[in-house]
Amino acid sequence: MSFSIKSPKDFWCGLLLIAVSAIFAFGLIGLPVGTAFRMGPGYFPMVLMVLLAVLGLAIFISGLRVEGPPLGHIPWRSLFLVAFPIVFFGLTLRGLGLVLSLSITVLATTFAVRDWNPAVASSTTLALVIASVAIFIFGLRLPISLFGPWVGGF
Amino acid sequence: MEIFQHLALGFEHALSAQNLAFCFIGVVVGTMVGVLPGLGPLPTIAMLLPITFGVPPTSALIMLAGIYYGAQYGGSTTAILLNLPGEASSVVTAIDGHQMARKGKAGLALFTAAVGSFFAGTVATFLIAGFAPALAEFALHFGPAEYFSLMVLGLAASVALAHGSVLKAIAMVVLGLLLGTVGQDIYTGVARFDFGMEQLIDGLNFVAIAMGVFGIGEIVRNLEHERMPTMITSRVRDLIPTREELKSIVAPIFRGTVLGSLLGILPGGGAILGSFAAYSVERRISRHPERFGHGAIEGVAAPESANNAGAQTSFIPMLTLGIPSNAVMALMVGALLINGIVPGPNLMTQKPELFWGVIASMWIGNLMLLILNLPLISIWVKLMSIPYRVLYPGVVAVCCIGVFSLGNNSFDVYVMAIFAIIGYLLVKLDCEPAPLLLGFVIGRLLEEHLRRAMLLSRGDPSVFIDVHNHPISAVLIVVSVIALVLVCLPAIGKKRDEAFRE
Repeated sequence: MSFSIKSPKDFWCGLLLIAVSAIFAFGLIGLPVGTAFRMGPGYFPMVLMVLLAVLGLAIFISGLRVEGPPLGHIPWRSLFLVAFPIVFFGLTLRGLGLVLSLSITVLATTFAVRDWNPAVASSTTLALVIASVAIFIFGLRLPISLFGPWVGGF
Repeated sequence: MEIFQHLALGFEHALSAQNLAFCFIGVVVGTMVGVLPGLGPLPTIAMLLPITFGVPPTSALIMLAGIYYGAQYGGSTTAILLNLPGEASSVVTAIDGHQMARKGKAGLALFTAAVGSFFAGTVATFLIAGFAPALAEFALHFGPAEYFSLMVLGLAASVALAHGSVLKAIAMVVLGLLLGTVGQDIYTGVARFDFGMEQLIDGLNFVAIAMGVFGIGEIVRNLEHERMPTMITSRVRDLIPTREELKSIVAPIFRGTVLGSLLGILPGGGAILGSFAAYSVERRISRHPERFGHGAIEGVAAPESANNAGAQTSFIPMLTLGIPSNAVMALMVGALLINGIVPGPNLMTQKPELFWGVIASMWIGNLMLLILNLPLISIWVKLMSIPYRVLYPGVVAVCCIGVFSLGNNSFDVYVMAIFAIIGYLLVKLDCEPAPLLLGFVIGRLLEEHLRRAMLLSRGDPSVFIDVHNHPISAVLIVVSVIALVLVCLPAIGKKRDEAFRE
């Protein structure tokens, strides 16, 4: 039996699920499990963790044995150009305030398309920031400052 | 008649100025996202959940419900004119609807879709009003064992209805349940899986996960195959059909409504299942099945009626049993929980104005949609020309601000970003995220009822299949097992693949 990956989708899916159940297995350390009669806080998650590991293993093995479609191209660029600006937003909203934090976030996400166009990107950003300020700050009165302490606001 | 008293109470609340306004906002937003390809009701409802914070729960639910069934109307417009389903449940409408549009019958197709949806919506409203109280009454006798088994059935159904590998669908449910256990244990208060982060003691935020997977993750998927389809350029006219045409759509609309209503109630059901089933039924009973795929009007009438009926009747298990039957209903439960309301059999007696108000609003909303969609169709057609590259930064902005405002902290924003990546990768690995979300929402309830049932049975797991003392629970478990076994059988598994491919 050779260990070549026959179905990459199943292979990686199984591996991912096993990894997740390993994280939960680590988290289970120290949690009282109890008995089936009086289940402790660890009982239900432990059953699920084992189940997930078994399912992950089964999918992993089928990835080695059964022929499947290729994984295909993963657009890491788009993925990170959408995800990282969101993290940036979380990091800077309090410090920079809504106007600057959102402008940079939105502008950054516009780069996720292949043929980036400065006119479209800047007008989209401008329109969105104005609309967001109008709706969320003046309309719904969310407690978010327009300009944060990092840029002299309060 | 009690049902009319209830409905009168409902209309009284649904017709208040505030609720009318929210209903209107809901159906307008719903139509809009239904029309826009790449933006469905699921991410929209996820995005708008934080806004429902400051709104009375009845109004909030009326608005969110409006988005769901409104999207069923809007989705058909895009399907017919662009041959691109604006929404998953209008996939089958695109087959014949677009062919009709190519033959210059776009107006007729749109009319059929709107009238069919309206009829279905009306019937479904009365069905809910008549059926829900009986079910709620029945559910009052449910103990923890019955609830546990009912939830198992819901999860089994979501597995059976997921695309692709059954193993992966089960894995997604289990992963969802597991993620749901993060946070304080309900009985002992012990923090679980907090990994030293105090924000995790309250558990992962459901809205942040839903927004990440369905709002942001969806963007990446759409960007991957960004394409602008060509629109049918002929003007939409001749909205009013001839007598013969009118006659030919009556029966399919009726059949679609019945089928959609029934399939909507089933756990795991909803709008999508009904529309697929209605289409294949029409094709099977038609005297001219060869017309299907070439502009058969029945192929528009039946599925469009079915998806609207199903969208509405899927509220029945959510409102009466507290169990969401699909991902959209899971979000509705989330909206109620945010407002401190636990949906279940007691909802109707404790919050009759919410229960009946929402139901009555569905009929009002359908009437609004009929007016919005027929005379104003040209406005929605214009909306279709908005390119996605302008749209998605807006989705990112709304998700960011919305998720931050949930608890005024950035942690939920990070959770959303992480789940956007996880959600995208899972889809890439052929795992459907909908069962995950369902598992996540149900997780806590499932554990609670499991532990209570086991405590009552002194640790004997046979309580769930005890035919003498818990016959309902036993039946539910048997049905779940049958459902799972059936989809695992190779013959049926193949059929299921075909059904989804169509």
